[in-house]
Amino acid sequence: MLMATLALAVMGLLLGSGLGLAARKFAVSDDNPLLKEIEGLMPGSQCGQCGFPGCGPAASALVEGQAAVTCCPPGGVALAEKLAELLGVTLDAGQMSAPLLARIDAAQCTGCTRCYRACPTDAIVGASGQIHSVLRDACTGCARCQEACPEDCVALVTQAPTLDTWRWSKPQAV
Amino acid sequence: MFNLARIRGGIHPAAHKDRSAALPIGGLPLPPRLYLPLRQHAGAEALPLVKVGDRVLKGQLIAGSPAEMSAPIHAPSSGWIVEIGPILAPHPSGLTVNGMVLECDGEERWIELDVPANPFDESPLVLAERVAQAGIVGMGGAIFPAAVKLKQGTRHEIKTVLVNGSECEPYLTCDDRLMRERAEAIVDGARLIQHILRAYRVVIAIEDNKPEALAAMRAASEPFGAIEVEAVPALYPMGSAKQLIQSVTGREVPAEARSTSVGALVHNVGTVYAIQQALRHGRPLISRVVSVAGSCVNNPRNLEVLIGTPAQALLDACGGLSLEPQRLLLGGPMMGVALPSLQVPVIKGATGLLALAPHELRNDQASPCIRCASCVDACPMGLLPLEMAARARADDLDGASDYGLRDCILCGCCSYVCPSHIPLVQYFQYAMGKQDERRSAERKTEYIKRLTEARAERHAQEAAAKEAVKAAKRKPADKPTSEVQS
Amino acid sequence: MSSIGIASGPFAHDRSSVNRIMLHVCLALAPATLFGLYLFGWPAINLWLLTCASALATEAACLRWLGQPLARLQDGSALLTGWLLALSLPPWAPWWIAVGGSVFAIGIGKQLYGGIGQNPFNPAMLARVALLIAFPLQMTTWALPQPLGSAGAPGFVEGLAITFAGAPLADGMSGATALGHLKTELTLGHSAEAILAGDFSLLAALLGNSAGSLGETSELLLLLGGAWLLARRIIHWEIPLSMLLAVLLLAAIAHQINPGRYPGGLYHLASGGLLLGALFIATDPVTSPVSRSGRLIFGAGCGVLVYVIRTWGSFPEAVAFAVLFMNALTPLIDRYWRPRAYGRNARGKPLPVGRQTNPLNQEGKP
Repeated sequence: MLMATLALAVMGLLLGSGLGLAARKFAVSDDNPLLKEIEGLMPGSQCGQCGFPGCGPAASALVEGQAAVTCCPPGGVALAEKLAELLGVTLDAGQMSAPLLARIDAAQCTGCTRCYRACPTDAIVGASGQIHSVLRDACTGCARCQEACPEDCVALVTQAPTLDTWRWSKPQAV
Repeated sequence: MFNLARIRGGIHPAAHKDRSAALPIGGLPLPPRLYLPLRQHAGAEALPLVKVGDRVLKGQLIAGSPAEMSAPIHAPSSGWIVEIGPILAPHPSGLTVNGMVLECDGEERWIELDVPANPFDESPLVLAERVAQAGIVGMGGAIFPAAVKLKQGTRHEIKTVLVNGSECEPYLTCDDRLMRERAEAIVDGARLIQHILRAYRVVIAIEDNKPEALAAMRAASEPFGAIEVEAVPALYPMGSAKQLIQSVTGREVPAEARSTSVGALVHNVGTVYAIQQALRHGRPLISRVVSVAGSCVNNPRNLEVLIGTPAQALLDACGGLSLEPQRLLLGGPMMGVALPSLQVPVIKGATGLLALAPHELRNDQASPCIRCASCVDACPMGLLPLEMAARARADDLDGASDYGLRDCILCGCCSYVCPSHIPLVQYFQYAMGKQDERRSAERKTEYIKRLTEARAERHAQEAAAKEAVKAAKRKPADKPTSEVQS
Repeated sequence: MSSIGIASGPFAHDRSSVNRIMLHVCLALAPATLFGLYLFGWPAINLWLLTCASALATEAACLRWLGQPLARLQDGSALLTGWLLALSLPPWAPWWIAVGGSVFAIGIGKQLYGGIGQNPFNPAMLARVALLIAFPLQMTTWALPQPLGSAGAPGFVEGLAITFAGAPLADGMSGATALGHLKTELTLGHSAEAILAGDFSLLAALLGNSAGSLGETSELLLLLGGAWLLARRIIHWEIPLSMLLAVLLLAAIAHQINPGRYPGGLYHLASGGLLLGALFIATDPVTSPVSRSGRLIFGAGCGVLVYVIRTWGSFPEAVAFAVLFMNALTPLIDRYWRPRAYGRNARGKPLPVGRQTNPLNQEGKP
């Protein structure tokens, strides 16, 4: 009886201290490393197309499962794939909306510079009094310029395929 | 003579070469209009140097190359530029490409050509530059700018120049006829390339199913000791650079490296001929030999065609179509592409125009893979096509890469032998496209990130500067700065 | 930005098809099958017809149930599975062995895993092993050869009775297979040499005039069919060669050590389903590795297992067990034994730039 009690007590003590040590050694600090990693992956242009106020809030929403991995159009499929892998969810590429690009109607543009001041990625070039144009490589389709334009001459369009962007589709499943 | 190394895998497709190989290279009437895409080469699009309405002469430079990795375009005939804008591309998608439309005046008036003196007296770089200015690209279908390859001689030791006369694609006989009819010019071109690259030896490799071409080339190269003519086994894809190098030199080009890393460089016979024409006669690349074949063509043969000639004109010159083809192809049946219409023009890399009937085509109805490993046996690169396709199908791009997608040359041997008729090559093209897409999306994200950070930094600096100005204004007596005074 | 409906190259094809492959294998099996049917008479014919027909019927039912095109029946794979199963059954087995085996082979061995190309195990062997374990008596009752037209052979009606009514085999009409006989006698303490000297004739065994499964007895005819398949490149040489060599080698070594306990290699080669297995079953493309080195390992593994189970296991015959076991290892073999890619070393790393792979031909001259 005594032996059994002692043995159990010693075991309890040992295991308990083991657990205590483990809790200290492997303690997770409050700032989630996943959050940092995801923030690092986001484009950082704070464009707001995801519906969150910026890339930081979007990252925390992603970690909490409040946002879909496909929520970031500027990041495209590449970002969605990485997020899906990090967060352990399966990616439905069909949910990705086609990336949008801003296009300025040269006939109406007065060269007021408001759009290019609003652009978070400096994707609009031009000077005061001259027609502005959009650099397609830098445009994220965030629509800030559209909101800023007093002439209503900015349109967001999907990019028509060219020989450079055309891709073979997956063969029909057998 | 030495023993040729065996390449692995490969297939023996039915050649279908007899009919077009039997007739000499023909010509065709000048078409009323020529359609010239501004990108007929690997690399950057050429920039137009003429305006709509301009009169141009045959051989005149009409679009310049903006970069080393590009090629200029010359007017194939004299006439007027009537349009600069999108034209139908010789591409399966049916999309357009930027181009020019030249209305021929029928005079065929040449621009005054700058005929060089003895090219063997000139330095390799000068000659390579001449080739670049002639707009010559790889004419076996690779459309890689020829001059870029020729300049490799200054950077790498080139031991062997391989002149690729293997022409392993079925139906195509344009190289065969060119070698039979213009052997001297090709040998001369091969010597010029040897001079440019300072190569030790030149091997003209021809598949052993072209005895006439072999005999003609042997006769023409007789006087020149450094030029060897080698018969290689008729085995598709012998014409692929890696396989040809392995077959002739016995060496494998290391993965992710260029042919020059084993001291070899491959040029197609058509390219060699074009280089000879440019260096001896100053002629830019404005025409090429195209095989018109397939069981729907009445009189299959080879034609020397001006670049930009619509496909329809080629068929007309061959007696038209005997029956409605199920498929029109540009290039051979293995690596060629389906054409959306007969309005598309012949481009510099067009080796053939095929009109094929159903019995000549692969059945499109696919069934599940039975893992028979025919594709593994046929793959000349030693890959596992079935595993690559299975992973591409599951969108596992990294897995597909690991099983060989990174080394795949898209030769199509696997699809050719697949008893389940699985479109393996399309799976690979799909996966490669996805990888491209992923890479460019990553690049864009990186770029946008840099732009955003630069903008934030700039704003911070501007704010700081403003703050400084304000501070300075508030206490002008304390610290007069040059900024404030000015 | 997509290309649905646009065909990609290559546009040429060698005209091969799954259907042709399956029918080639069936054709290659025909000589041995016809001989087996002749040797064992009407009950064997009933069994063969029943097995093939029920395999096709099961396949059709499954395709229908799964909503797949019935045209897939034409690929010949179900026929081949039924055929192979029939050849591996005791020739006078009752009808429910044939039907049950076929339903198991196609329904559970193949369609349950996703149909053609998806099954990890050879369906015919899976069914044979399931039958052997569930019905050991029926699966080990071997009719002695009673060629059609011979005096003791059952006629058409008697054949129907044997197959469908379970008419018992008369004494003297059944016997043991060579392997079974050896196993029993060895346990009784007789020496292998003495046993074989009494009953075993190599030539008769090779020709196939002996008790055994329907299609396994005539090694020579199986070899003929296999050679034709090899010549037509329907099967690869690696698996049969390494499998037979492994058995021969092990048997020869053991025989050298103790001829009284272990019979020689030729006895193993000529007995049981070794040749049927090596040429027609282990070579099933779906369940065997895809690379040459992988196939050599697979075949050798099958051979070693056949010998080990035959010699020390509790069953006299082992081909089905050996093949199934190696089938389970196929994904592993495929993962680790891949062909060397052009321009890469065996481990998939690029060849070093600047080093030559063939010093003889660097300049084209030895």
